[in-house]
Amino acid sequence: MYRTNRRRLLGSSAVLLLLGSRIARATIIKGGLPWTPGAADPPTAVIPGGWKYFTPQEAATVEAFVDRLIPTDNLSPGGKDSGCAVYIDRQLAGPPGRLEGFYMSGPFQNGTKQQGLQSPVTPAQHYRKALAAFDTACRAKFGSRPFVDLTDAQKDDAIKGLEDGSLKLDGVDSQEFFKLILTDTQTGFLADPIYGGNRDMVSWKMIGFPGAHYDYRDWIDRHNERIPLPPVGISNHPNWSQ
Amino acid sequence: MPKRLPPKDVAIIGLGWTASILANELTNAGLDVVAVERGPWRNTATDFSISYMQDELRYRIQHELFLRPAQMSVTFRNNASQTALPVRNWGAFMLGNGVGGAGVHWNAETWRFLPSDFVTKSHLTQRYGANFLPADMTVQDWGVTYDDLEPHYDEFEYLCGTSGQAGNLKGAIQNGGNPFEGARSRPYPTPPMKQGYGHTLFADAAKQLGYKPFPQPSGNLSQAYTNPLGVSLGQCTFCGFCEWFGCANYSKASPQTTILPVLLRKSNFEARTQCEVTRINVDSTGKRATGITYVDTSGEEFEQPADLVLLCAFQVFNVQLLLISGIGTPYDPQTGNGQIGRNFTHQTVSAALGFFDKDKYNFNPFVSAGSIGMCIDEFNGDNFDHGPLGFVGGGYIGQVQTNGRPIQITALPPDTPTWGSKWKQALKDNYLSTINCGAACHGSFYAYRDTYLDLDPTYKDRFGRPLMRMTIDLHDNEIKMSAFLTDKYAEILQKMGAKQVVKQPRKGPYDVTAYQTSHLCGGAIMGDNPRNSAVNRYLQSWDVPNLFVIGASAFPQNAGYNPTGTVGALAFWTAAAIRSQYLKSPGPLVHA
Repeated sequence: MYRTNRRRLLGSSAVLLLLGSRIARATIIKGGLPWTPGAADPPTAVIPGGWKYFTPQEAATVEAFVDRLIPTDNLSPGGKDSGCAVYIDRQLAGPPGRLEGFYMSGPFQNGTKQQGLQSPVTPAQHYRKALAAFDTACRAKFGSRPFVDLTDAQKDDAIKGLEDGSLKLDGVDSQEFFKLILTDTQTGFLADPIYGGNRDMVSWKMIGFPGAHYDYRDWIDRHNERIPLPPVGISNHPNWSQ
Repeated sequence: MPKRLPPKDVAIIGLGWTASILANELTNAGLDVVAVERGPWRNTATDFSISYMQDELRYRIQHELFLRPAQMSVTFRNNASQTALPVRNWGAFMLGNGVGGAGVHWNAETWRFLPSDFVTKSHLTQRYGANFLPADMTVQDWGVTYDDLEPHYDEFEYLCGTSGQAGNLKGAIQNGGNPFEGARSRPYPTPPMKQGYGHTLFADAAKQLGYKPFPQPSGNLSQAYTNPLGVSLGQCTFCGFCEWFGCANYSKASPQTTILPVLLRKSNFEARTQCEVTRINVDSTGKRATGITYVDTSGEEFEQPADLVLLCAFQVFNVQLLLISGIGTPYDPQTGNGQIGRNFTHQTVSAALGFFDKDKYNFNPFVSAGSIGMCIDEFNGDNFDHGPLGFVGGGYIGQVQTNGRPIQITALPPDTPTWGSKWKQALKDNYLSTINCGAACHGSFYAYRDTYLDLDPTYKDRFGRPLMRMTIDLHDNEIKMSAFLTDKYAEILQKMGAKQVVKQPRKGPYDVTAYQTSHLCGGAIMGDNPRNSAVNRYLQSWDVPNLFVIGASAFPQNAGYNPTGTVGALAFWTAAAIRSQYLKSPGPLVHA
């Protein structure tokens, strides 16, 4: 019962009221601590394979893009092989892609930088429009070739153009899109692997973060020592699947 | 028409720290109490599960445990000439939700304010003269003193099992504690936490510079503890998932781990969750609350009559419910008249990044806890001479880094590329050897005439009620103070051996997108007369004597400490006043 309520509450409040009659009432708690078996709410693991939001063409562009933001080198696999595009795809297909839980009532007005996000455009819409415009801009700049077919140096050149605003996108602020995809890529790279990025905990191994350990009491007094524990995630350990 | 429910002795709005404390005290007094909470029931086993709580994306980045702005938000502007716009996603502060409130997701830094903090106006005026304060600064005395609150700080700390080292025991200064603190009647209930490498290095450097470092008072417990209610907490395991997270280990003090197991067994207590209070009802005289009205998740409206109403929501929602219910006079920044919404404040936090040689320093930043850390208090409150400095206020300074969660904590030296192989190399080279604690300088935020709360004229919640409008900016006094504290902290980082220190003093304009603690204060402040305050020294409404408004909304200005220790002390102070005075003779406890 709690689970139903909580999940509903995380959703749009308008939906809440419209669907009101189908939803469990307020919970009255009395006489002791309530406990409902099976009421825990673990995350749902992303299963790689296929695309839930991106078109195949968008996915190819994003995979090529994240692989330049996080290139394959002697430190770790790149953004593509570590699952960053899968992470972004699943986020955009899910609640974050539609800004679920955000205050989305109008009027929408431009404000100061200090007033923060004031756009009704969701990340899912933002990616769709920006990726199309980016493809067009790349073809115009690089002899009709789309981003995925560019050399690494040309790809980096295009990405730098977004970062510094010199590569203009039709109807989209290129620097804003750059910030969005950079943040999403790095977040996916560093988040728990259950969300599709950071496959095999490659980023955690790279930096030395042991992940979801819960007890460091043996280590609090051992100052300036490298902790040899291999990383562990919410759902598993990289060695378990090998 | 709302469904009218059978009357209760006491109706409490919210079920966080203050509500839990008041409910427990008043049920002990034999009263029939109901608490009405907007969010869901939450408990450790199911909601802060040890099998998946260590999830930075879900809880820190995507704010799973927090109130969703879709349900209720606020609007914000820097000054009255701007149009306030809604906060569409939380940034500068995070507002809790559900049973336990902010007591679930806090770091559990459990401080007392300085004795001089409770008499800010008279103390500063006496020491520096009336003209020393900026003309538009509206600080005032609290109407209670440190000595009034000391027994109640003690009650809150013993409820929580707070881990710390006393610095002043009945007037005798203690080695290793904070020598600037007010006298405490007995030691902390549990010894201080163990400290990590970076925290210890900070303390060593501070000592070399002549300061007196001490362990931060912590509600993450150094050892197992059973509180006076018989509820037990476990030892903190330094997991590094504390603030923004619920504790899966029963080792962070919260209503769940200290009060609720006892409270919920009582036959004279009932909690109703997923119920949003829409207004406090008053009778035709406007002088007496008759109860509250709330809406459940099905949209059905209920009226809960009660003899006594306790407003125990988060600060900003306390103020909002007063204004929506037409209780008290809204503050007018033009005339300075009116009490509801005035003296709205926050916290002025700042930091510096310390980059260390990776071959010599390994801080293991993930071995940490919410209120771990070593601090100094030389530059807090009025512990130092402000005369030559041209500002008032201050804050504690500390190495209080709570975690090594990689999405949030990753700080790289300036000029590092933002992507590509060089970015990766910098991430690898700096992750274990950087000191990055966002609130190293925990500065005060004093009150000003032009910083206030009122009802927004445009933006509404899902019931059509106006959102709270925040008009807030940083003033020169706080900007100067922040620069001063940041310099002092940076000196200590240098002394620790940092190869590069990057100062990040707080600067204006106030930015609602940049996190700077969730310590919103004021708006329904306490004081010694109804012309300067919304509630009296017992947090009783001057206008409606059977209504008490409890929480940081009562702070006339915010001091250089985390507020929850003082919020807890005020809750016990109010409970004592209701039990010993109000119940014997219901009516105003202070005649003005």
